[in-house]
Amino acid sequence: MLRILKDLFRYNREFSLGAILILLVVAISLASFLSPYPSGMQYVVPFDAPPSWDHPFGTNSRGQDVFWQLTFAIRNSLLFGTAVALLSRLIAIVVGLTSGYVGGMVDSVLMSINDTFVVFPPFPILVLVYFIFKDHMSWALLAVAMACLGWAYDARLIRSMALSLRTREFTTQSLFSGMSTGQILAEEHLPYVLPIVFATTMNNINWSIGLEVTLSVIGFTNIDTPTIGTMIYWANQHTALVAGVWWWIAFPVGLVIITFVGLYLLSVSMNEYIDPRSRLSGMGGAA
Amino acid sequence: MAAYALYVLRRSGQFVLVVFVGINIAFFVTHATPIDPITAAIAAATRFSQADPQAVQLTREALRELYGLQGNLWQQYVVFWMRVARADFGPSLSAFPTPVSTLIWRALPWTFGLLSVATLISWGLGNLLGGLAGYYRRNVPLKLVGVVASGLQPIPNYVMAFIVLVLFGYVWPILPITGSSQINLPQGWTLAYFQSVFQHALLPVLSLVLVGTGAWFIGMRALVSNIVTEDYVAYAELGGVDRWRILISYVMRNALLTQVTGLALSLGLIFNGAVITEVVFGYPGLGNLLIRAVYAGDYSLVIGIASTSIIAVAFAALVIDLVLPLLDPRVRVA
Repeated sequence: MLRILKDLFRYNREFSLGAILILLVVAISLASFLSPYPSGMQYVVPFDAPPSWDHPFGTNSRGQDVFWQLTFAIRNSLLFGTAVALLSRLIAIVVGLTSGYVGGMVDSVLMSINDTFVVFPPFPILVLVYFIFKDHMSWALLAVAMACLGWAYDARLIRSMALSLRTREFTTQSLFSGMSTGQILAEEHLPYVLPIVFATTMNNINWSIGLEVTLSVIGFTNIDTPTIGTMIYWANQHTALVAGVWWWIAFPVGLVIITFVGLYLLSVSMNEYIDPRSRLSGMGGAA
Repeated sequence: MAAYALYVLRRSGQFVLVVFVGINIAFFVTHATPIDPITAAIAAATRFSQADPQAVQLTREALRELYGLQGNLWQQYVVFWMRVARADFGPSLSAFPTPVSTLIWRALPWTFGLLSVATLISWGLGNLLGGLAGYYRRNVPLKLVGVVASGLQPIPNYVMAFIVLVLFGYVWPILPITGSSQINLPQGWTLAYFQSVFQHALLPVLSLVLVGTGAWFIGMRALVSNIVTEDYVAYAELGGVDRWRILISYVMRNALLTQVTGLALSLGLIFNGAVITEVVFGYPGLGNLLIRAVYAGDYSLVIGIASTSIIAVAFAALVIDLVLPLLDPRVRVA
């Protein structure tokens, strides 16, 4: 595992760039534990000070240091994205593997449901959820709601892999040696689909952070939890751009773009690594 | 022809299922929660004033009827479906007494226009450039386009719209950043009005295209660079067929089917992006209406828009899927 990572880092430019960007983002989020100011505290530093040595990213109109605020924000956003991704991966793996292996009627039903979830526009549904729950809207509830909407596309991908795994000899062998369906799926098939699941996890984190930012900026989440979205929300509430406090907006937006591009590069390079054909053409051989 | 009829039947069944599940989710979210929307609405209305208990009780009854929350859960469920079937979600509270359906019909064309124009541009541009990039693999400008397109692609619509808004409304203010046309211009079939609509649509479309093109570009490039290695392409090249003709009608024609299917599959996400972009640019479509409805606490309008969104997207995906066999002789037979 470690050797694969080292190889990827050395020979795959996308992977190394993505890894560096994500390491940077993670480092910033870890810095939150060193923050001299607690995250919820306001009016602890002078207002609206431009970037300087004391406050590298400046301070905002709520008397917070933008850099330290940003460390909390990116930590929460990353945690949120990871939580949604893990939950939705769980659904995708269960549905995908079962559908592909069991086949027949179960497959048709599961895939009909799957195709149904693929076309749902998540935003109106999430807004509906917020509208009903309002102040009861919590971090966990939003994560569960998003996970329920974000699994379908990848479940189909996993199913297509499971379909081919089913016809392999080792599957028949495991069946004859008396393994139950659950055992075959968990012990025999799961390891084969894990790499692709890993690649889709990155995409899913991107997707959920993007939606979270969107909902937060409009004010449709718990706006007291610092995330990248709620940071931009408060900046907008204080009309930061009109007031000339550009650093309050520019740094969160910049950091979140770094996160998106980094995760995207990681997912692309992993996809490439999984597919040997594109790995060959990447090495300069005849495609 | 019989095969196509079967296909239409099966695909329509899927459409019915999408609508069924979607409306059920909307019902479930709004009804199976411990939070009573009526209590919430009354609390909001009486927050700053003394209210007569009798008046509150009357309001409660009126709202219960208006929201279709009378009777047990099963009766409410039936009422909910009847409202969806008749596309009648009652009057809007924030724009009383205008019916919710009127408000939605007014907003729908703007969303449809923005979404279809932006999708056509990004789909067409992405596929054309992606096809070229897959065919001429050593072309440096095309490689550069690839880097830019895939760099922009992971950025969510909201962030991109926001950046475009700041760039063209604040840093270099040359284009209108809000609304669908100049406010004092009368709506009508006049040149000035169209010009204004065009100008106002530029930024929303631009931000959608910037984000949307990348995925099609990458998909098409991958497909084409696979097809190019097929024997029949080599044969055509050796036979001296014009290279443009090979690219357009031999290679891209084959890859197009996958891309059309992809379009149908990603309509939900595209709709999402369009709705979010509307919010940023104050474009008078469904997204903006939805946000305003939430701010105003307009229960029936929010449910109406959520249901309409689900049905509209499912319907658009159905239309694309029904057109697909006309492009692909294999689907017609299978």
